[in-house]
Amino acid sequence: MAPALTPNRSETAFEDFKLPLLRDAAVAEANRCLFCHDAPCIKACPTAIDIPQFIRKITTDNVRGSAKTIFESNILGMSCARVCPVEVLCVGACVYNELEQPPIEIGKLQRYATDRAYEAGWTFFEAGEPTGKRVALIGAGPASLAAAHELRRFGHACTIFEKRATIGGLNAFGVAPYKMKADRAMTEVEWVLSIGGIEVKTGVGVGSGTSTGANDVSLESLEREFDAVFVGVGLGADSKLGIPGEERAGVHGAVAWIEAMKLGAIDTKSIRRAAVIGGGNTAIDVVREVAGLGIPHVEMIYRGTREGMSGYAHEWTAALAEGAHAEWRAVATTIEGDAGRVERVRCVRVDDNKRPIAGSEFVVEADLVLLAIGQSKLGAMLASLGGITVESGRIRTDANGFTGRAKWYAGGDCRNGGKEVVNAAAEGKRAAQAIDAAISPKGRAHV
Amino acid sequence: MSDATHRFTPDLSTSTGGIKSPNPFWLASAPPANSGAQIQRAFEAGWGGAVWKTLGAPIQNVSSRFGGHTIRGVHGAGFTNIELITDRPLEVNLREIAETKRLFPKNPIIVSLMVETEAEWREIIKKSIDAGADGLELNFGCPHGMCERGMGSAVGQEPKINERITSWAVKYSTVPVLVKLTPNVSDIVPHGLAAKRGGAHGVSLINTIKSIISVDIDRFVPEPRVGNLSSNGGYCGSAVKPIALHMVAALAREKDFGLPISGIGGVSNWRDAVEFILLGSSTVQVCTEVMLRGYGVVEDMIDGLEEYMRTHGFRTIPEMVGKAVPPFQEWGDLDLNYETVARIDTDKCIGCQLCVAACHDGAHQCIHPQEHTRVPRIDESECVGCNLCQIVCPVPGCITMEEVDNGFTPATWNQFVNDGIKLRPKKGAH
Repeated sequence: MAPALTPNRSETAFEDFKLPLLRDAAVAEANRCLFCHDAPCIKACPTAIDIPQFIRKITTDNVRGSAKTIFESNILGMSCARVCPVEVLCVGACVYNELEQPPIEIGKLQRYATDRAYEAGWTFFEAGEPTGKRVALIGAGPASLAAAHELRRFGHACTIFEKRATIGGLNAFGVAPYKMKADRAMTEVEWVLSIGGIEVKTGVGVGSGTSTGANDVSLESLEREFDAVFVGVGLGADSKLGIPGEERAGVHGAVAWIEAMKLGAIDTKSIRRAAVIGGGNTAIDVVREVAGLGIPHVEMIYRGTREGMSGYAHEWTAALAEGAHAEWRAVATTIEGDAGRVERVRCVRVDDNKRPIAGSEFVVEADLVLLAIGQSKLGAMLASLGGITVESGRIRTDANGFTGRAKWYAGGDCRNGGKEVVNAAAEGKRAAQAIDAAISPKGRAHV
Repeated sequence: MSDATHRFTPDLSTSTGGIKSPNPFWLASAPPANSGAQIQRAFEAGWGGAVWKTLGAPIQNVSSRFGGHTIRGVHGAGFTNIELITDRPLEVNLREIAETKRLFPKNPIIVSLMVETEAEWREIIKKSIDAGADGLELNFGCPHGMCERGMGSAVGQEPKINERITSWAVKYSTVPVLVKLTPNVSDIVPHGLAAKRGGAHGVSLINTIKSIISVDIDRFVPEPRVGNLSSNGGYCGSAVKPIALHMVAALAREKDFGLPISGIGGVSNWRDAVEFILLGSSTVQVCTEVMLRGYGVVEDMIDGLEEYMRTHGFRTIPEMVGKAVPPFQEWGDLDLNYETVARIDTDKCIGCQLCVAACHDGAHQCIHPQEHTRVPRIDESECVGCNLCQIVCPVPGCITMEEVDNGFTPATWNQFVNDGIKLRPKKGAH
């Protein structure tokens, strides 16, 4: 089992951004739901939770039934209730938007039902009759957890290999703490594992043939010893800009910095100004986190426009409300400072084709620089296995996660290039069903 | 309509059975009309009249007494009570009636009464009138507690007893007598006619409906719970309005009836009041909405009624009374060749498809989803014009029921049976 979290983590400074609903408020909100036919919210949910049905059950105080409806579709429904970008998924699809009325607060209602289930200790699922089949899962993030839970319902034995000491993946060390803190992610991991029969091996890397770690296992041995292998390794290290000064103290990859803040204590007292480079959701998350930790000035530097950034508009609106600033159409050219530390980022404006505009140079003062320009893709780790296609670092599969090489499946960020927890949960579950169809002695069919 | 016409001040004064009132809004005989202090506050808030909570032989009440029916999260959409008539000493009530009349001479106080013998009726009528009652209301309606003792609805359900006791009251009274009717009968008309034969000056209806409001499903005891037992109560509040409207209209259209009506049953706002007035009530009585929200609800009742009267050019209440009674007919006299179909305003539609589910599962399967749009399609050749889609649609004005000119002359079932008149082909009868 994973080591306990330290209590003095920096992330504990954050309060929940979206507060939980009390019973009467939940029932009132649930009663607003129209119970749409062929509901658009269900279609917008990657795990296709029957949202109108779980909401209707809240109106009658059938909270247990409501939670069951959620978990039947998405075993990570508790964390998804907190971390899903509902504004662009279910809530964004609510027909009330068409009426220019507030859409149903689906995320908060899901949290209401799933939190009650955790509090009350309700369990909904049992492991299936043992099939004698064994499945290996690489990585202990949301994709593998969802896959393993589904596989256990079918009766297959599961072993998860995780190279870190911490399980839970990005849910544990990557989610913005005003959405969910690591301890809640750990609670969810335990809840998922409570179905039994999922062995978790932490501190074990998986590599091809020539792996170096003492405990590491090879791809070949997994293929030999297991009936199927699910790859849910997520993404790798933060990408670098490749500009002078990137090695200075005070320059960090955003994902690494977030992990340090969530799992441990970081000292931000002496930091006056932070610069975040990037325009995706990790960039906005880290902007809000830096602001939330009390760093007085936060500047996001993005090469594109506000309208064109891949980060969600609702997240940037929240960041603005928290005092964030941005330099649009700007790229960093040099990171400078004395005594090996960062003090400033030299920038230049770019045109529509991202070409520097001569004479537009400017300087952003910063004693902390966070790079949120993407993460490396880990698909290459499978390159030695014939029959598996890796495209731009992503593992290519069919719709059910099958790679094309017998026994090998993939899901989550390593397959989709970096999406939401809910996508990982959906892909893990779908792959588990495909694995079951392939290895089950009964030859079960899954739709 | 010119603005000058629109801005006249309607006259809200009205009377029922000769009991004059500055407006049609009366407190019903119930907890909000239990004491002088309450009724004085109600008159200050704007209530026109009040029916004092029933006087009679002293009773003892139980704890608890009320229960609420919740519909889609709305508490008190229906309401019940197992409270009995006044539990206060008669002299106290009489003293407070006199005091309230002195303070509010223009607001009628109608005293509700329930006793047993002729001698008791004579005595309590005299005392009530001496205290200043502008009218009497005979409580022949209470469906719990009192009826087991041969009073309340036990009287209202028996036309002969109703007529006899009414005739006693009329004989001893020098002020108008209203008979309050119980809805716990299969047909209200004979009971209204009994009150008329007894000489009543008007009727008030409906009293509460015999009911069990709910069951405590953990204790296995109906509500409201008194220890580990319960009893049937009187159902009232918004949920009973349709039943009350029907009973009021049934009497209003009865040609042998013709008495003034004070309408009761789920009146919660001016709209409800207008409906009761259009179906023949000259005053309305309110209890539950005041119990749930207080006397202040009358302000909107008055405002809204005045605005409604201006909009429709009604200068007085009597112009409105019974205006919707003539169209209330027997089913056999409805025009079977009248045809409507549902139409969806595609610009307003938000794509919830509640109409699809409703029509497919609850009506005649003529509203269909379409490819490439969330806006459904109505098959007008199958649409029976039932209104269900319009009822479930959450967008105002999105689904309208539109009249179709099918070329058939009007034809009722009675005309079809008696004269063989031609009916249009059936729709949705697949």
